[in-house]
Amino acid sequence: MANGTIAMTDLPVPKAEKSFFEQSTNKHSGILSWLLTTDHKRIGLMYMFGIISFFLVGAIIGLLMRLELLSPGGKIFSAQTYNSLFTLHGVIMIFLFIIPGIPAIFGNFFLPIQIGARDVAFPRLNLLSWYVYIVGAILALTSLFLPGGPIDTGWTFYIPYSVRSGSNVSLAIFAAFILGFSSILTGINFVTTTHRLRAPGMSFFKMPLFVWATYATAWIQIIATPVIAITILLVIIERAFGVGIFDPALGGDPVLYQHMFWIYSHPAVYIMILPAMGVVSEIIPTFARRTIFGYKQIAYSSLAIAFIGYLVWGHHMFSSGQSDTSNWIFSLLTFLVALPSGVKIFNWVATMYKGSIDPQPPFLWVMSFIVLFSIGGLTGLVLGALATDIHLTDTYFVVAHFHYVMFGGTGTIFIAAFHYWFPKMFGKMYNLKFAKIAVVTYFIGFNMLYFPKFIMGYLGMPRRYYDYLPMYTPYQRISTYGSWILVSTLFFIVGYFIHAYFRGKKATSNPWGGVTLEWHIPSPPPVENFKVIPVITHDPYDFSQLKEMKDE
Amino acid sequence: MSDHQDAVLEVNHVHRDDVGARMGMWLFLLTEVLLFGGLFLVYAVYRYQYPDQFRIAGMELNTSIGTLNTIILLTSSLTVAISIAAIQKGNKLLSVIMLSLTLVMAFMFLVNKFFEWETKFSHGIIPGSKEMTSKPNGQILFYGLYFVMTGLHALHVIIGMIILAFMLVFVIRNKITEGNYVKLENSGLYWHLVDLIWIFLFPLFYLVQ
Ligand code: HEM
Ligand SMILES: [Cu+2]
Repeated sequence: MANGTIAMTDLPVPKAEKSFFEQSTNKHSGILSWLLTTDHKRIGLMYMFGIISFFLVGAIIGLLMRLELLSPGGKIFSAQTYNSLFTLHGVIMIFLFIIPGIPAIFGNFFLPIQIGARDVAFPRLNLLSWYVYIVGAILALTSLFLPGGPIDTGWTFYIPYSVRSGSNVSLAIFAAFILGFSSILTGINFVTTTHRLRAPGMSFFKMPLFVWATYATAWIQIIATPVIAITILLVIIERAFGVGIFDPALGGDPVLYQHMFWIYSHPAVYIMILPAMGVVSEIIPTFARRTIFGYKQIAYSSLAIAFIGYLVWGHHMFSSGQSDTSNWIFSLLTFLVALPSGVKIFNWVATMYKGSIDPQPPFLWVMSFIVLFSIGGLTGLVLGALATDIHLTDTYFVVAHFHYVMFGGTGTIFIAAFHYWFPKMFGKMYNLKFAKIAVVTYFIGFNMLYFPKFIMGYLGMPRRYYDYLPMYTPYQRISTYGSWILVSTLFFIVGYFIHAYFRGKKATSNPWGGVTLEWHIPSPPPVENFKVIPVITHDPYDFSQLKEMKDE
Repeated sequence: MSDHQDAVLEVNHVHRDDVGARMGMWLFLLTEVLLFGGLFLVYAVYRYQYPDQFRIAGMELNTSIGTLNTIILLTSSLTVAISIAAIQKGNKLLSVIMLSLTLVMAFMFLVNKFFEWETKFSHGIIPGSKEMTSKPNGQILFYGLYFVMTGLHALHVIIGMIILAFMLVFVIRNKITEGNYVKLENSGLYWHLVDLIWIFLFPLFYLVQ
């Protein structure tokens, strides 16, 4: 039987059926019914509040840095303050926003639904991960206000400065350690869920691509995070007890620290981007009304990225004194990892070819993603090539590159995912016109903010400086104006979503005409997701179901 | 399908899946292996850089205490395994005895470790101390790693003891039974891992010369 038919016949949606908002999974009501919930959907939303708050805090710090750089001369902040600002901005954006971002919110909410399950494999562990995340966040915040002052090492915590700095390095990186735990627990949960809880008939190659991507990501979370955990722990021990590990004064090797840091932090880049690629693979078929082109290639390329991505960390260290042999091997591998990413881009574009495209906001956000992410990816190759990297390393070129990839790539899709799934999660529709305006101002603001940084970097503007030579003034100006447009767009987006939640029109169960399982159940979903676990016979993007779904 | 239908009745979303639980535990153990893997990597790099000084420093360690502790820990792995086998056969008493023995041996291990560290400290081998930092670099690193790795391992022993103590209570209160022992099984796995890590630490610090 088709999953479409089942959803509609065995699951007649009686008006009385309560959504997960109205029905608690424990004996409490009110705030405790959330804080003690084991429902993956509620936990996803609790992550959402934390993650979005930190995203906005991080964005405001970014805004402040840009304000400082409006004109040369270091007028607003001292050099020390600027050091702390970019460190905090980096730490918040990386560890509190972009790494947990899509998996913790949308993975939690939709992974179980898309495989036809009622929850994740370990619901209580899932709640624990949220608490661990919150504890990590609180520790990070506490470190700002203790004597010693906020951490000023940059988000990479490089040795030897991180063992010498008098700022609160230990507490801040301990926070990152704790956040790593949360990430590991979530990863274990998602891998087990994918293996154990797929609905009958859902073979691995019938899973939606968002599930594939989240699954591959979960593996990286499990395999890479322990390495940063031990590295951070060693720095803390070195600071606290003077044990010799990395500090060159005690015989240690700072380059070894860099290796261990990037053994985690490069794969972490794929923890950031893979889930976003999964979301893209959901949105494009839905709005092109066409099954995805090259399903298996996209699925395998996620695994290939997860695997090769583990072996390229050395490209962050071309100028830090590793051997020439390492340099060219890492450079070669870096070029290789561009292949599976390219496979994905071509498959997405091929999916749109001859589709009947419906340019709704989620789709437009994805278009914006494809442009921004391609710029980020291609400039990544410029940095992956040895000769050019020596010229560009530690300049604004790098800053521009990683903002295009992380923010233009994952950040944009984070926003796209909200536009796609908001009606399902909250049962309300947002203002489509506002959303279309936001895509445009976002795109303009983004490029104004970051494109000049490519040029400045090429001209030699180093990163992490609170001041600059007057020759950079015009570019810095444009960049700061761009930050105003971009950050106001972000607040505009948050604004119209909040408005939609309270005042928006009711959304139907399938406003976009999607066919994956989440569109077969009511919006917002009931606590148990499915009254009867569906039996899967269709391929995930088989749009012939759409007719059955409408006929019922 | 039938177990899925049962699950409908459970509003709290928690259902029993022993295979899933075991899979989760293995994944967790993998992260532990990688955590210590990072340390072994650091060890390998520095041993390669300072082979002579690592040898000299390694000779200072007390091989007999190390050997004794290895025997204790290996035996405790055996007793955990027996306690699991016992509960599978419904022999609660044997299971309780074996678990208690495991806890006793874990404690003995820690006591030995304590005296070992204590003698090092009394010889002035204390991280960050004058006496320590005046040694050649390779020895500073050796002792740094020695304290960090055996310390982290000891922490795992303590965590393992806490977990096993809970399991003991569960067995006594019949929460772990012949038909539902996956918790004990998983705790046993954790304990074997603690044991396994020691099996690598022991030769690297005490024997390789
Ligand atoms: C919201 C608008 C944002 C603005 C205005 C902004 C601006 C900036 C600025 C001015 C810097 C410092 C450049 C330097 O002096 O070297 C910076 C660094 C950085 N940003 Fe952003 N950014 C924004 C969003 C993001 C996002 C979304 C992410 C990650 C997903 C991110 C990740 C980083 C990282 C990792 C650094 C490097 C920190 C370091 O050097 O240690 N930023 N950003
Ligand atoms: Cu990298």
